[in-house]
Amino acid sequence: MKRYIYINDDETSQDLYCANRLSNRKYTLMNFLPKNLWEQFSRFMNQYFLLIACLQLWSLITPVNPASTWGPLIFIFAVSATKEAWDDYNRYLSDKKANEKEVWVVKQGIKKLIQSQDIRVGNIVWLRENDEVPCDLVLIGTSDPQGVCYVETAALDGETDLKTRLIPAACMGMDFELLHKIKGVIECPGPDKDIRRFDGNLRLLPPFIDNDVCPLTIKNTILQSCYLRNTEWACGVAVYTGNETKLGMTRGIPEPKLTAVDAMIDKLTGAIFVFQIVVVIVLGTAGNVWKDTEARKQWYVLYPQEFPWYELLVIPLRFELLCSIMIPISIKVSLDLVKSLYAKFIDWDYEMIDPETDTPSHATNTAISEDLAQVEYILTDKTGTLTENRMIFRRCCIGGIFYGNETGDALKDVGLLNAITSGSPDVIRFLTVMAVCNTVIPAKSKAGAILYKAQSQDEEALVHAAAQLHMVLVNKNASILEIKFNGSVLQYEILETLEFTSDRKRMSVVVKDCHSGNISLLSKGADEAILPYAHAGQQTRTFVEAVEQYSQLGLRTLCLAWREVEEDEYQEWSLMFKEASSTLIDREWRIAEVCQRLEHDLKVLGVTAIEDRLQDGVPETIETLRKAGINFWMLTGDKQNTAIQIALSCNFISPEPKGQLLSIDGKTEDEVCRSLERVLLTMRITTSEPKDVAFVVDGWALEIALKHYRKAFTELAILSRTAICCRVTPSQKAQLVELLKSCDYRTLAIGDGGNDVRMIQKADIGVGISGREGLQAARAADYSIGKFRFLKRLILVHGRYSYNRTAFLSQYSFYKSLLICFIQIFFSFISGLSGTSLFNSVSLMAYNVFYTSIPVLVSTIDKDLSEGTVMQHPQILFYCQAGRLLNPSTFAGWFGRSLFHAIVAFVISIHVYAYEKSEMEEVSMVALSGCIWLQAFVVALETK
Amino acid sequence: MPGSDSTAHRSKSRRPKYSQFSQQELPAFKLILTPGYVISTFIVVGLIFVPIGLISLFASETVVEIVDQYDNECIPKDFRDNKVEFIKNKQTNKSCTRTFTVPKQMKSPIFIYYQLENFYQNHRRYVKSRSDKQLQSKKNAAHIRECKPMGETDNKDPIIPCGLIAWSLFNDTYGFSVKGKDLKVNKRDIAWGSDKNYKFGADVFPKNFQVGDVGGKSLNSSIPLSEQEDLIVWMRTAALSTFRKLYGKIEDDLQANDVITVVVENNYNTYDFKGTKSLVLSTTSWIGGKNDFLGVTFITIGGICLFLAITFILLYVIKPRPLGDPSYLSWNRNSTPTPGR
Repeated sequence: MKRYIYINDDETSQDLYCANRLSNRKYTLMNFLPKNLWEQFSRFMNQYFLLIACLQLWSLITPVNPASTWGPLIFIFAVSATKEAWDDYNRYLSDKKANEKEVWVVKQGIKKLIQSQDIRVGNIVWLRENDEVPCDLVLIGTSDPQGVCYVETAALDGETDLKTRLIPAACMGMDFELLHKIKGVIECPGPDKDIRRFDGNLRLLPPFIDNDVCPLTIKNTILQSCYLRNTEWACGVAVYTGNETKLGMTRGIPEPKLTAVDAMIDKLTGAIFVFQIVVVIVLGTAGNVWKDTEARKQWYVLYPQEFPWYELLVIPLRFELLCSIMIPISIKVSLDLVKSLYAKFIDWDYEMIDPETDTPSHATNTAISEDLAQVEYILTDKTGTLTENRMIFRRCCIGGIFYGNETGDALKDVGLLNAITSGSPDVIRFLTVMAVCNTVIPAKSKAGAILYKAQSQDEEALVHAAAQLHMVLVNKNASILEIKFNGSVLQYEILETLEFTSDRKRMSVVVKDCHSGNISLLSKGADEAILPYAHAGQQTRTFVEAVEQYSQLGLRTLCLAWREVEEDEYQEWSLMFKEASSTLIDREWRIAEVCQRLEHDLKVLGVTAIEDRLQDGVPETIETLRKAGINFWMLTGDKQNTAIQIALSCNFISPEPKGQLLSIDGKTEDEVCRSLERVLLTMRITTSEPKDVAFVVDGWALEIALKHYRKAFTELAILSRTAICCRVTPSQKAQLVELLKSCDYRTLAIGDGGNDVRMIQKADIGVGISGREGLQAARAADYSIGKFRFLKRLILVHGRYSYNRTAFLSQYSFYKSLLICFIQIFFSFISGLSGTSLFNSVSLMAYNVFYTSIPVLVSTIDKDLSEGTVMQHPQILFYCQAGRLLNPSTFAGWFGRSLFHAIVAFVISIHVYAYEKSEMEEVSMVALSGCIWLQAFVVALETK
Repeated sequence: MPGSDSTAHRSKSRRPKYSQFSQQELPAFKLILTPGYVISTFIVVGLIFVPIGLISLFASETVVEIVDQYDNECIPKDFRDNKVEFIKNKQTNKSCTRTFTVPKQMKSPIFIYYQLENFYQNHRRYVKSRSDKQLQSKKNAAHIRECKPMGETDNKDPIIPCGLIAWSLFNDTYGFSVKGKDLKVNKRDIAWGSDKNYKFGADVFPKNFQVGDVGGKSLNSSIPLSEQEDLIVWMRTAALSTFRKLYGKIEDDLQANDVITVVVENNYNTYDFKGTKSLVLSTTSWIGGKNDFLGVTFITIGGICLFLAITFILLYVIKPRPLGDPSYLSWNRNSTPTPGR
């Protein structure tokens, strides 16, 4: 569905699209009650309770006052409805605030101050510095003569660095006055939620002479909720408004995750339900039989000789109501309450505050804390998760000469410094690529120092290193880039930027030396994305060796290359590139294909090696968690060697004699198949030996394995406790999570960057590290923590306690309900199976609420073992992992306990009054207090 | 660094407030079940329970109780085959005389109970068939919805007191005499004070009672319900199908070997459902009536506790085990079995 937007045309597009009215509200005043009730009643438990409550309205069968069910039911509904209403009201308030914010908009050629909600698609919106962007705009003018403006996108993607946005070529150089009168058409796709993509076209209408179609990308847009920074003013055309903005489309409630414990509770509830039905059928039938044989003789009961058709149902239904308390109505409320408390404990925990940024941990998803204790597989990202993601340029290899090998720091290598002063062309070229081929924005601070704002940590490291080696990136203005080298200023005009994508694994720029007018292509990228494209004559062996050597040391490598481009070649290619850039369908793929045509016959200059240090406490954390029976998989986009090196240094895998690393590789199906078979065979043999066997697989082989040998690979996944998957794409990460989940393993995915988001969302538990790669992962995750080492505490302390407490609380809830229900059942045997309730409504309600539901909440601060003990003996977690505290057999134990206690309480309470004056009220009170004492004793005994 | 200072200051507020609760550091008492604790708990419980059991058993033994089942004996021989007809027949003479001797001296007050067996006062249909509102106040006379099927007469007049319970009021009567001298039976204060004062109104008089379908005893319509203590006692439904209800009190002492003669008006129909009727005379002690159950239970539990305590002591002496031995943990047991164990 395409959109054609007529710029600044008040008539045509007036009503075609929605106004810029934000509405995050789920309800309106009118539909709140029905909609909310409908939502609540779509849950099975609620339906069940409603049915029971309705049956209780029939006074012939109800054993107790209907209020005893209606009361709690209405209370529960009221609580959740109030919560929803409150949330919705707050959303309404914040919407209102945003909607009534005043912005400058051109209407009928005049700039007017109107409310944000009155912005229409096609309007021109003017923004000043530090203004919030009210809707998605296509930039058409800025205060900057180069047509650049800076935006902060933190609210959108969590990244705090400034991003440059550019006005489209067609609007370049338009003056202030003209911008009021501009007319044109923007062609763009319908609203979507991809905040990294916008594939549109702009065609200005006469009198604007530039009649060409001008491509628009995400670079030309400023999106809703961003802030305009470092730019005096900017203006743009509204393209998406209201709830149709990119931000509006990304919003949405994620699927609720169900924990293993929840699933188990549901299962047990189902079992109890079946039990209840059986009891009802048995007692109901027996009751009917008794009625026909015995009760008819009991003249004082005065059974009529003739009865209506439904008479047969009456006794079973009475028993159904009598037994309905078996499924405690309070369980859901109590569990929700304690779960939110667990989450709060995580938020509050002082020991999980990142000391550097003072950021506390946060549980976004409050419902799944117990699952933390049942994790079996942890899938972790490497960069930024295990490592600090603080890149430091350490070594390099230029033209076959290694620098920095002795000192460990190339910046201090005398050889390199000498080469620079002597002006070795290769070295100079190398440094130029380091300084030019990137998307870093230099910004001058007030003190005059240059600050680099980069989206990629590697690029920042390279630019910093280049600056220290006297090649300083000083200024970047739209297309002109200034470099200071040894006192002289070099200017380059950036003709094109061939952007980095995770598929291409390289980026290039086409620059024109302003001095000489030579055009050249500068590239940097992963070795396998650069070296195969080296020109025919070049020997790449030394570079391969260099890459090998560096990754052995756990360093990240990048290959730098360049080549000269003829003017004609560039012109010809430029046309294709332009065309590809303005396609609306498959643009990314088309661009990649066009880029390929330029990126060949490269002269490889050298290899850079960047160090990424391990975070504190990573090896210990992995070791502890592994002792707790958790298996680790490392999924990284990095090279195999680097990954293995990091894996070794953080205890992920053991070195040779103790451990064994098997590798699955191959480029074709057959090779992968054979390799897979071999690894599987070795795995099967070594499972009995106390040896750490791990396998390593790369993205390519993984693709084939997942596609064609899924079964074998699944078996491998089950056998292996450790795996390293390198060079995997975000979707492969997610696929691996799926694979493990399909084997019924509980998975936890931890990562820090945008490429981990999918895996984090897929996994049973997603943990995000609120690290340097922005907050994307942390936002998508269920838990966000500051450092990898907090994972230990999160799982062993919070997860374990939560599991124990929930296991106790849920089973206890059933226990106390069953206890009172069994007494009712026993009593029915001595009351002629007529379904008399021993307890009156008030006692039942008081028992369920005041005596049992509220006091037991204390168990949320119960600790069975001290935190220290658990941390020292992580093996304790086995118990939780295997679900030993909440499973059918423990539940059977609780069931038996309630049966036993019910028998004791019942026998005692009917016998202490033997014959004398066994009045119902008295017996019921004795039995009730018996139950209360028993359950209090159980709570005291079970909580430590 | 100048920058870090300000960031640290700014984000200080993100730090949650410290409290022992939020850090889960609340002081806790943790009871470790060491052998010492367990054994001493059992001993203490045993030592308390056994004497209590003995005392209550003794108290229960001091109670003197005479039970006389008369339902069969009070039917004339000719009617033994057709008891139901006898009891339903209004013409038959229902009086009968029972005698029994007092085994031990009985100190006043001596409580007279009637005991019914196989009578389901707790049957749902029965137990619900009453109107507490109507019993309480005159203005609620028409409150008979719960009383079905005994709420109103055929003429749609409300019955007071309505319902099956009141309708089936027990109507046997007893006259006592010792050595030819009548014993006075006190029928006052046999119901609960609260029932008389609050639950049964002083302004509610029986009306339309036992008109159509005659069930049990009829009531004097000039006496308010709060004074009809037999009814009040009967209306407190029994929890079991075998139950006793207070009939009255004898406020004279009875000597051992006194022969008591009771003239029973055998009116109540328990023959339909093969229930029994008994007359019970009983004294009380501090523990109440005769009931060995409590004493026996206490003694049994105390005994079990003492037995367990002794067993644990023996176990502890014969095969002691250090507390908190980590070699018993499952993962330690699997990998390194400790020699000698």
